[in-house]
Amino acid sequence: MNLARRLLIGVPYLWLFALFLVPFLIVLKISMSDYAISIPPYTPTLDLSEGWAGFRVFWAALDFENYVFLTSDDLYWKAYLSSLQIAALATFFTLLIGFPIAYAMANAPDEWRPSLMMLVILPFWTSFLIRVYAWIGILSNEGFLNQILMWTGLVSEPLVILNTNTAVYIGIVYTYLPFMILPIYSTLEKLDGSLLEAAQDLGCTKIGAFWSVTVHLAKPGVIAGCFLVFIPALGEFVIPSLLGGSKTLMIGKVLWEEFFSNRDWPVASAVAIILLLILIIPIVLFQRNEQKQREADQ
Amino acid sequence: MRKFTWFNAVSLTFGFAFLYIPMIILIVYSFNESKLVTVWAGFSTKWYGELLQNEAFLDAAWVTVKVATISSTIATVLGTMAAFVLVRGGRFFGRTLFSGMIYAPLVMPEVITGLSLLLLFISVGLDRGVTTIVLAHATFSMCFVSVVVSSRMVTFDKSLEEAAMDLGCTPWDAFRSVTLPIIAPAVISGWLLAFTLSLDDLVIASFTSGPAATTLPIKIFSAVRLGVSPEINALSTIIIAFVTIGVLTASISTKRAISRQKRDEQMAQQ
Repeated sequence: MNLARRLLIGVPYLWLFALFLVPFLIVLKISMSDYAISIPPYTPTLDLSEGWAGFRVFWAALDFENYVFLTSDDLYWKAYLSSLQIAALATFFTLLIGFPIAYAMANAPDEWRPSLMMLVILPFWTSFLIRVYAWIGILSNEGFLNQILMWTGLVSEPLVILNTNTAVYIGIVYTYLPFMILPIYSTLEKLDGSLLEAAQDLGCTKIGAFWSVTVHLAKPGVIAGCFLVFIPALGEFVIPSLLGGSKTLMIGKVLWEEFFSNRDWPVASAVAIILLLILIIPIVLFQRNEQKQREADQ
Repeated sequence: MRKFTWFNAVSLTFGFAFLYIPMIILIVYSFNESKLVTVWAGFSTKWYGELLQNEAFLDAAWVTVKVATISSTIATVLGTMAAFVLVRGGRFFGRTLFSGMIYAPLVMPEVITGLSLLLLFISVGLDRGVTTIVLAHATFSMCFVSVVVSSRMVTFDKSLEEAAMDLGCTPWDAFRSVTLPIIAPAVISGWLLAFTLSLDDLVIASFTSGPAATTLPIKIFSAVRLGVSPEINALSTIIIAFVTIGVLTASISTKRAISRQKRDEQMAQQ
């Protein structure tokens, strides 16, 4: 192996090793430590000056107490469950809104498509925080939506939407919509229009042909889109903390508060590890779906 | 044949209305005279003026741009290297671990990435500031860059490079004069992606920044928690304008570059 190749592999490898893998192992280690009033606020810390004996004392002090604590305290498992529920429902709503848009884009005349793509991608490049912030002004009691609803006489009292779970759903659907539209559009775009004609010639109704051809062929895109929304939504912090209320329980927010407000690093680390374990299932399924699609493309 | 039906037209209209109306409202209210964001009191640009005098925001903006520029440049170099390793690396010890470390940060919740990096910086005794944010941002954006660049490299015809070396180029010359121009659009869009990811990031920056360095998203977040303010609307409008101009320019110029490249390739084949 020559030097150039060694450098090419070695530099990014070491970088990721030091700044991704090692930090992750530290989280794992701290999740098994105990909270202490000290700097840093946990115990044990590894004392290298005592050599092997020091390491053994350190190793013996690690335990799974924090994980036991997480299962015994209502707050945490409720937060996990409600994050799962919010992420799943929000993903479903995003699909409901995203599919017709992707379908319309795929049906649009060829010369429109680049501009339509641009219009979908542009919000994705615009600051996430700003897009969430935009909804505060719309959903608040004196906000834009309530002004319109009151003006048209649909409601006589302003609707309370901001600081509820509804606002969190709206926020997730709004910010992650491009992630749903793009993969669905890319599968629908490849769809051969003559298949629909064939299905209709063979006696399918229009809706029947739509179901058995369009929806069936779009499935990999739909699955990819759903994972691309579900996975980040599950650990979301910004949306629940800006649009959600005190009753909105999401695990990303719990982790943040555990770390910054309670300063309980070991529990925050244990919360992070469990969240990762929950995420492994959808991530593996997502990878499999991608793999299948790649094989189908070849 | 495919037909663009009225249902399609309705979905597109409502879809894009949903995507764009919130931002349009935000922009409109940044020109509102009143301090109350929800009540229209006439056109004014005074919030922009106040924004320009707000030292804290200007400082944060400068830190943010500095962090984004440095971290996205590091991320582009590392990410392009990683893309080469992924596509052309062949077999080497720990290849699975390597590709795992490239893909994992893409799906890792930001709170976990932030937490883990902070715990690392504390255990090695690195003071939190611009350096730590740069390291954190470079790490997660290099993975995005490597995905963007490697997807371009998969379609790249390796024989072009071999031809250059047969004609007497050193591997480095072949890389510089053949490979780099071909993957350049992907490298540039990788850099832009890394730059915007860094510009935009709140969660990881909050974990890895110290009192000495506050980025714009951290500043916006703490202001927004207190409620809506016209100054933040003005700031958002400026950011939206920058991003829009940047994205449009980049997409037009890459489109031109790609069509020029295609023309060149066709000419070369004739």
